[in-house]
Amino acid sequence: MSWAWRVARALLGSQYALMLEYRAEIALWALSGVLPLIMLGVWSGSGAAAAAGLSPQQLSRYFLAAFVVRQFTVVWLIQVFEDDALQGRLSPLLLQPLSPLWRYLAAHFSEQASRIPFVAVMLLAVGLAAPGLLWLPSAGDLVLGILAIVAAFLLRFLLQVLVTTLCFWSERAAALDRLLMIPYLFLSGIVAPLDTFPPAVRRLALATPFPWMVDFPARLLAGEPVNVALGFGAIAAWCLLLLPIGHWLWRAGLRRYSAMGA
Amino acid sequence: MAGPIIRARGLSKTYRISEKQPGLAGTIKHLLRRRHRDVLAVDGISFTIEPGEIVGFLGPNGAGKTTTLKMLTGLIHPSGGELEVAGHQPFRRQARFLRQITLVMGNRQQLIWDLPALDSLRVNAAVYGIPEAEAQRRIGELAEMLELGQELRRPMRKLSLGQRMKAELLAALLHEPAVLFLDEPTLGLDVNAQARVRDFLADYNRRTGATVLLTSHYMGDITALCPRVLLIHQGQLFHDGSLADLTQRLAPCRQVRLELADLHPPEAFAAFGQLEAHQGHLVRLLVPRAQLAQQVAALLERFAVVDLEVSDPPVEELIGGLFRQRDSSAEAAQ
Repeated sequence: MSWAWRVARALLGSQYALMLEYRAEIALWALSGVLPLIMLGVWSGSGAAAAAGLSPQQLSRYFLAAFVVRQFTVVWLIQVFEDDALQGRLSPLLLQPLSPLWRYLAAHFSEQASRIPFVAVMLLAVGLAAPGLLWLPSAGDLVLGILAIVAAFLLRFLLQVLVTTLCFWSERAAALDRLLMIPYLFLSGIVAPLDTFPPAVRRLALATPFPWMVDFPARLLAGEPVNVALGFGAIAAWCLLLLPIGHWLWRAGLRRYSAMGA
Repeated sequence: MAGPIIRARGLSKTYRISEKQPGLAGTIKHLLRRRHRDVLAVDGISFTIEPGEIVGFLGPNGAGKTTTLKMLTGLIHPSGGELEVAGHQPFRRQARFLRQITLVMGNRQQLIWDLPALDSLRVNAAVYGIPEAEAQRRIGELAEMLELGQELRRPMRKLSLGQRMKAELLAALLHEPAVLFLDEPTLGLDVNAQARVRDFLADYNRRTGATVLLTSHYMGDITALCPRVLLIHQGQLFHDGSLADLTQRLAPCRQVRLELADLHPPEAFAAFGQLEAHQGHLVRLLVPRAQLAQQVAALLERFAVVDLEVSDPPVEELIGGLFRQRDSSAEAAQ
């Protein structure tokens, strides 16, 4: 068994056990991610979707898929990192021959795994409340959709690594992350499918990383026609861009680290 | 490895600190024009430590002990000087270096609060590449030395402070580091738990030959474990040597405690040394070392002595006195 595989197994196992300790909290987090379902209600009552060429079925499938994507791409790295840095818990992690970022990544994967039952129950509730809204994606769409969700999560994680490294310079870098939520909410496709955007705004949105985090995987899951290669290519390109910047910022940040609270 | 395992030369660290006046005006001023001040936390200290040594690192709060430990472990970058630990420059934080050291902070924990220690230990074993069977053997051995059993299977939050500290020590030593940096490892522990941790550290040092650098506010830790101490004050190294040398350096006098059969006025002791305490039949005098034998003989001849004890003044008092003296001289110079 290779070192990396053993570390991954140990980290995922312990973090999953930890997340199960917080299952009530995770159920509440899952419940708080219903914005796409609220948007579905808002859009269903207006004629704007039809004007944009979306049928009621397309609209409902899109927002249900966006709900699932949102559930499994939540990133809370900056909050936990900032807290660990301020409380002095980061120092022991920095003294191990493994970057703390791997621990945080494992924590995110474990949290997502512990969300699965809650998301399933919520989808079941939607299905019971409005029979006919749920659908079963084709095997191909499902596999591609899951891969796109994982890729979208990694992109969001990397983007937040960048902001997180600013914790080395500022004690309250999480505020910057809250600022990033605005373009994320509007350009990712959570509040409206990208198809409903004016062409110029749509072009602008597609030049940012945000639509690839929600709109692309949601459309794949919903069975909408999607340029799969372009979607995965865009995510890969953004990751390749963010990775070296994040690495550089991390190293520069460590030089500034003052191990406060430790 | 031949030669010292820790080598520091002219090591210094300066922090830049922003200053703000209290109140609304101060806040607005701070917002518009930030003022910074450089604080020299460690001021060019030099020392070496040989493999297997246990060295106490003493000094009052804010003396620069923890900053020095952070530089030695590579957590922070030195502002100046040279530093080598186990053949590495700590601030480069290479994996090979990190595998050779450990830092235990009495007020901080690395084990996951809501899980049993065994879960965190499993992760540590994987991270440090310790084969599973070997990890089990080491956990068993260390748990026995630390008198830990079922506690390792209980969530950390359910353990007492002493049990948590012992579990933290176990986690910190699982990878058998060559150098242990211990920052207040007995902080907040009761007397029995303190003694057990001390015994464990002494035993661990004997068994493994690990080098230990220990800071503690409890002199009991230092006197029990450290044949050598580094004394730091205001970022500067004041003493590097044995505790006995330090005592001799700080206290040119020895303490003579007498229990007398009769009552005598304080003036009766003026010729024998400096009267420190006088309460009924109990008298405490400070006598210069050079005159000790002669004065003790004179005291025995002059008074009806029921009991007599000669000792060094408590080292905490000596160090405290020294720092108060240096602080007030520094203030006077300003």
